[in-house]
Amino acid sequence: PVSLPFAVGQCGNQVGCRFWDLALREHAAVNKKGIYDESLSSFFRNVDTRSGGDGPDIYKGKICSLKARALLIDMEEGVVNEILQGPLRDVFDSKQLITDVSGSGNNWAVGHKLYGYQYRENIVEKLRKTAEHCDCLQCFFIIHSMGGGTGSGLGTFVLNLLEDEFPEVYRFVTSVYPSGEDDVITSPYNSVLAMKELNEHADCVLPIENESLFDIVNKIHQMINSGKLGSTVKQNSLVTSSAGSTKTVQEKPFDAMNNIVANLLLNLTSSARFEGSLNMDLNEISMNLVPFPRLHYLVSSLTPLYTLADVNVPSRRLDQMFSDAFSRDHQLIQTDPKHSLYLACALLVRGNVQVSDLRRNIERLKPSLHFVSWNQEGWKTGLCSVPPVGHSHSLLALANNTCVKPTFIELKDRFMKLYKKKAHLHHYLHIDGMEQSCFSEAISSLSDLIEEYNELDATKGGPRTDPSRLKIAV
Amino acid sequence: MSIVTVQLGQCGNQIGHEVFNALCSDVHGTHGLCSKKENESYHDACKERFFSEEESEVPVARAVLVDMEPKVISQTLSIAARSGYWKYDDRSHFCQKQGSGNNWANGYSVHGPRHKEVIMNLVQKEAEKCDRLGGFFTIMSMAGGTGSGLGAFVTQCLRDAFPTSFILNHVIWPYGTGEVIVQNYNSLLTLSHLYQSSDALLVHENDVIHKICAQLMKIKQISFRDVNQVIAHQLGSVFQPTYTAEGGSHYSRNPLGDLMETLVPHPEFKMLGLRNIPQMPENSLPYSTFSWPGLIKHLRQMLIANAKMEEGIDWQVRPPQLGSSIPSSHSTNKPLHFNTSIANLVILRGKDMHNVDLGSFRDPSLYTSWLNPQDAFNAWKTPRAFNKYEKSAALVSNSQFLLKPLDNVVGKAWNMFASKAYIHQYTKFGIEEEDFLDSFTALEQVISSYTIL
Repeated sequence: PVSLPFAVGQCGNQVGCRFWDLALREHAAVNKKGIYDESLSSFFRNVDTRSGGDGPDIYKGKICSLKARALLIDMEEGVVNEILQGPLRDVFDSKQLITDVSGSGNNWAVGHKLYGYQYRENIVEKLRKTAEHCDCLQCFFIIHSMGGGTGSGLGTFVLNLLEDEFPEVYRFVTSVYPSGEDDVITSPYNSVLAMKELNEHADCVLPIENESLFDIVNKIHQMINSGKLGSTVKQNSLVTSSAGSTKTVQEKPFDAMNNIVANLLLNLTSSARFEGSLNMDLNEISMNLVPFPRLHYLVSSLTPLYTLADVNVPSRRLDQMFSDAFSRDHQLIQTDPKHSLYLACALLVRGNVQVSDLRRNIERLKPSLHFVSWNQEGWKTGLCSVPPVGHSHSLLALANNTCVKPTFIELKDRFMKLYKKKAHLHHYLHIDGMEQSCFSEAISSLSDLIEEYNELDATKGGPRTDPSRLKIAV
Repeated sequence: MSIVTVQLGQCGNQIGHEVFNALCSDVHGTHGLCSKKENESYHDACKERFFSEEESEVPVARAVLVDMEPKVISQTLSIAARSGYWKYDDRSHFCQKQGSGNNWANGYSVHGPRHKEVIMNLVQKEAEKCDRLGGFFTIMSMAGGTGSGLGAFVTQCLRDAFPTSFILNHVIWPYGTGEVIVQNYNSLLTLSHLYQSSDALLVHENDVIHKICAQLMKIKQISFRDVNQVIAHQLGSVFQPTYTAEGGSHYSRNPLGDLMETLVPHPEFKMLGLRNIPQMPENSLPYSTFSWPGLIKHLRQMLIANAKMEEGIDWQVRPPQLGSSIPSSHSTNKPLHFNTSIANLVILRGKDMHNVDLGSFRDPSLYTSWLNPQDAFNAWKTPRAFNKYEKSAALVSNSQFLLKPLDNVVGKAWNMFASKAYIHQYTKFGIEEEDFLDSFTALEQVISSYTIL
């Protein structure tokens, strides 16, 4: 089944670029014969370019020219132009790009209302064309940041549009949330306005915080430089690494962080692309991890962050991987799931890991985690045989946990600080279609969400009385 | 008579493949330990039941493969063909691309009706290949979306299209600590629907088979393949040819019919459990000796004490004293752990099975009062050893074996239902709260019926 990523805005496209690069690397490592197969078709079309330009799609046989299934949207040209001049230029064609020159000025309203309105038809047309080439479209991915104007505003506009045009296709969103010290002053406005859209129109959201990515990058640097481990680390196994991909230029500062997010997406879709003894498709993730429609924010953690060169991995090391997935060091968002309430948890394992390894570790970790009363054994598991490049196995954990509540409360507080003073509001309100009510509705939506988490938290640690069973006449 | 197997979903297809493998390798094995004539007879009977002879050099499994995503079927087809011993019919499969998303409603209400015609055409084709159709064997898990939801729908279609054929559903009970979070909902809906169209449900529990792999087969890193191979072995021990009548001169022609007749006297009681003894790693076989009295003794105690395997049996459990029996079947007399049976079937395979004393299985105190002990117990035999075990015995039991697992699943599903968690995922595809309540009612009824045996 096909997944169609939309990279929107500067952050979205920078991550997107790393994603395509690493996807090619992953498939190149697995696909030795150069045959265009089912797994490649999830992300790439095979195009016959012999007649020049954009030829017809080839569905079977040898790989001719791979084109990414994607839409790259940005209201500034910088990032997208760089992609088109870089080593990935042949992977995209102009029909997949939607760009403008002036940017959104870190203003959600400009992105959503102004550019949304302006580019709607263009986006729909390109979306339809791209979707036409897909045999079976299962999922859209939106990759964007919440704090700016394009990713946040136009990105959520696209989200709405996707629901209108393709209501049956799942909508997964990877959102980079701004930190407290974000240098964009209006980021709380942009984020909260975007949150309302995510609440109402996304099937699943994977919130990510730059701080977490930054910490992971640092941790890896420390590990390598400290020489503590005494063995060499496989370069291409770093979750932050571009090694082996097409990138030959000196890595830019955000590349390492963006690679982490790219790896998240690769792992998330691995079981849909590659075979395994217990497949886990994206629609299953949504089904199992979203018990109530609006509670669809998932905390993700990735392990391992790197692999040592020694090949023999005893099962104790394997168990360490599971423990790591539940440690805060490996999370992509700064929350504390262990002290909050799990509503549901998914473990997607890749590589030479069997069901007994899964069971052993679930049994081991379960006692230290608090699960909601109606889902005491709420684990969704998947086993994919193909590990990521450079690793013998890996684990992606996705948790629906009330620990996201503090993050949202903080966001709300930052928003209110500005809103109470009406700071910068005029920049938004003078955009056609923006009214004060947009703000009040957005904050209300966020408050409601926080309240839903509150109600669940209230059940934590309480006495367990299971509801009495149905009585039937004997 | 031939059996048409319908493999549904990832689990159904993975297991189905191991089953045909096990049947084939047993037939080709040189460990039959019986006369050449016997062996040939066995071979022919097995072939007729499960394989068809076509222009290809290898036998072709009588099976229809169904899945809503392509990876598993494509793997299954190619691995089977590579074995060189058997294969599937290249056209006898149907798959889509989307999967069912672990959503029973999606499998049942969307995929089912949408693909009914294509799937039933494939089934019809396989049925027509049979000289005489003995019935259908479907393999599915309850936890996911395709095997469970689409499986329930297909079973209904089979019942409608073949009203007089036997339908046996092989159902995989998922691990208790979860493979799928909504597995209890999916299981609830599957069981309640199957109960309406199926003749019997033959159940394998993942937790139980996992323990067998760990403790008996001594496998360190247990994979689903290991689990599936044990399941296939157990199924083979039931479905390979046997003589159902004492002094019978030919292998039974109607295995599914015979099974139903012996084990399912009443439509309220359709849950069948399966035990098999002995189970050990292949390399231990040459060093082990077996005696029929020993095997029978263990198997009987496994029945009475509801033991899942031949280790860790509780020998303290005893059948109740019959002297103080009360005509009503309420269990005030029976010790709490005693597993009451409605009907049992023991299958003996191997040397010297002629004179095996099965009197202990005929003990009336094992059974509810409403059947004659003669009718409640049956034995099938063959001197032909199965799958390298010089002697082996299988027990198919309609008893309280599955009462606790059923009660657990319904309890957990009810707990989740009370909070309304995940219900929106089902109503999205047309399964409403009312449908859940109907299923709860149906299964509480089954639980109640089995409890008061």
